[in-house]
Amino acid sequence: MIAAPQPVNADYRLPLHRRRKLINLIALALSLAAMTFGLVWLVWILWDTLWLGMKGLSAAIFLQDTPPPNSDGGGLRNAIVGTLVMVLSATAVGTPIGILAGIYLAEYGQRGWLGSLTRFINDILLSAPSIVIGLFVYTIIVAQTRTFSAYAGVVALALIVIPVVIRTTENMLALIPNALREATFALGAPKWIMIRRVTLKAARAGVVTGVLLALARIAGETAPLLFTALSNQFFTLNMGEPMANLPVTIFKFAMSPFSNWQQMAWVGVFLITVGVLVLNIAARVLFRQKH
Amino acid sequence: MDATLSETSFRKEAQTVQMPEEPPARRSGRLGDVIFLNLTRGAAILTLLLLAGILLSLVIGAWPSIREFGLRFLWTAEWDPVQEKFGGLVMIYGTLMTSLIALIIAVPVSFGIALFLTELSPKWLKRPLGTAIELLAAIPSIVYGMWGLLVFAPILSKYVQQPLQAVFANVPVLGSLFSGAPVGIGILSAGIILAIMIIPFIAAVMRDVFEVTPPMLKESAYGVGATTWEVVWRVVLPYTKAGVVGGIMLGLGRALGETMAVTFVIGNFNQLNSLSLFEAANSITSALANEFAEATPGLHEASLIYLGLILFFITLVVLAFSKYLLLQLKKREGSRT
Repeated sequence: MIAAPQPVNADYRLPLHRRRKLINLIALALSLAAMTFGLVWLVWILWDTLWLGMKGLSAAIFLQDTPPPNSDGGGLRNAIVGTLVMVLSATAVGTPIGILAGIYLAEYGQRGWLGSLTRFINDILLSAPSIVIGLFVYTIIVAQTRTFSAYAGVVALALIVIPVVIRTTENMLALIPNALREATFALGAPKWIMIRRVTLKAARAGVVTGVLLALARIAGETAPLLFTALSNQFFTLNMGEPMANLPVTIFKFAMSPFSNWQQMAWVGVFLITVGVLVLNIAARVLFRQKH
Repeated sequence: MDATLSETSFRKEAQTVQMPEEPPARRSGRLGDVIFLNLTRGAAILTLLLLAGILLSLVIGAWPSIREFGLRFLWTAEWDPVQEKFGGLVMIYGTLMTSLIALIIAVPVSFGIALFLTELSPKWLKRPLGTAIELLAAIPSIVYGMWGLLVFAPILSKYVQQPLQAVFANVPVLGSLFSGAPVGIGILSAGIILAIMIIPFIAAVMRDVFEVTPPMLKESAYGVGATTWEVVWRVVLPYTKAGVVGGIMLGLGRALGETMAVTFVIGNFNQLNSLSLFEAANSITSALANEFAEATPGLHEASLIYLGLILFFITLVVLAFSKYLLLQLKKREGSRT
């Protein structure tokens, strides 16, 4: 048995000990409260989005175009197709550039001024306000061609894709052990063959994850489309003219006083939220399988 | 694609020239290397040019307005497209104020969440909660904005604004702070919606940063009898200070540049006639979102681009600072392990 602590000493320490315990308890209770506070909002938002969106879901949403103001019926076909066309084209444009620059950062420019500068600038572009990207594309494309067009929208979205893909590609390549690189060199392979056949292949799942995350990121982007692709009341596949898309349509419909439009905005938000969540979960599952 | 093409064409050339001392495969490898290096370097340089291009195009686009109003633009509140008189004070105030409110709410809450996730949460809850927070950070801002307008604003008006107005109606300073039409739209709602939007974001960064603390430091503190709170406050937080501030700045950068979450609920009203939290106001991003597509080319458009330039400059500074702080933490992490 260990000797019991001196009674005088314990009495002396007791108030301090009690105070420390109390402070700890209060802090931890507040932390729990913060967690609940955060979750309540987020569950509330998701619940409203899913519930109200689900209510308005019907086949007509996918088969009919956006209705004129203050009328019944209609759907979101033109906006859904427009979003798919623009988001996929933007990913197709932005991904190769992003992957190439990511390869440069991870395989060639680990040190060097170009590498560190690009890394720094890329981090800034990653969180630059997307509306500023919209302004940029407006001044270089829309103001020159004198028309809003889906092409301009694609460029704006591609500019958002690039930094995301660069970041993930670089990070994923950095995870590949150097021993693999050395083994490839030892076999006499040139560096670009090594990158193409060994490191890029080993990092494939991670790179695809990055592309999926980029897709999810631009699927809901509204601000850069406001002055580039604008919107269109009608169905079109012509990239040279304004094209309808879900985010801008939601913006227009939600701000309107018409209940049919507002209901349709909830459906649009529901579609986007589900799409983004599915893409994110897919990216996670894919990444976890490999690592 | 380019690389394989050049490889085959070079093989052909190598056969005709015939250089016995170097096998063709090796030379094609070298050429491939050069092409590939330049291809990837070109993509990296393109990214650099992008930032320069954005800055340059904004300056050129805003030039008529910069020449006309100069730096006065920053503290002039008048915004009159008819008389072509423009000043950005109302929008700049709106942007800074909404972001400030968002930070005041989001920082303590995010800190609590990060503390819960790293120190308190039972193991089986850690992963699902962490994933939920990360997924929520990925939800597009238009969802938050629309929910704010159609669901949150009416509730805020009914249960917060109107009672406050009733209580403080005749109190001089506080009364004016809560005045305004009872629709629940304005600086405060925009700030709250922004806060809800950036909480998951800041919390995720803080959690990652807290997990950087070496377990040995924490265990030593627990070993001498420190409580959980004391460990977090006196050991984890000082160790990760730079990273925590970096994460907050990252969240601030988001809040400053956010368009949709703000535009829906701020009211888009270009006047600054009271300091009320419930008065409809405007931010840089919402002014751009609402006016730019319809602005007439000329001074109006240039002034809007000028606003965009100011916004880009502010976020650039904030982001560069946050990046610097996060790097600081990373460096220390390297030296201590």
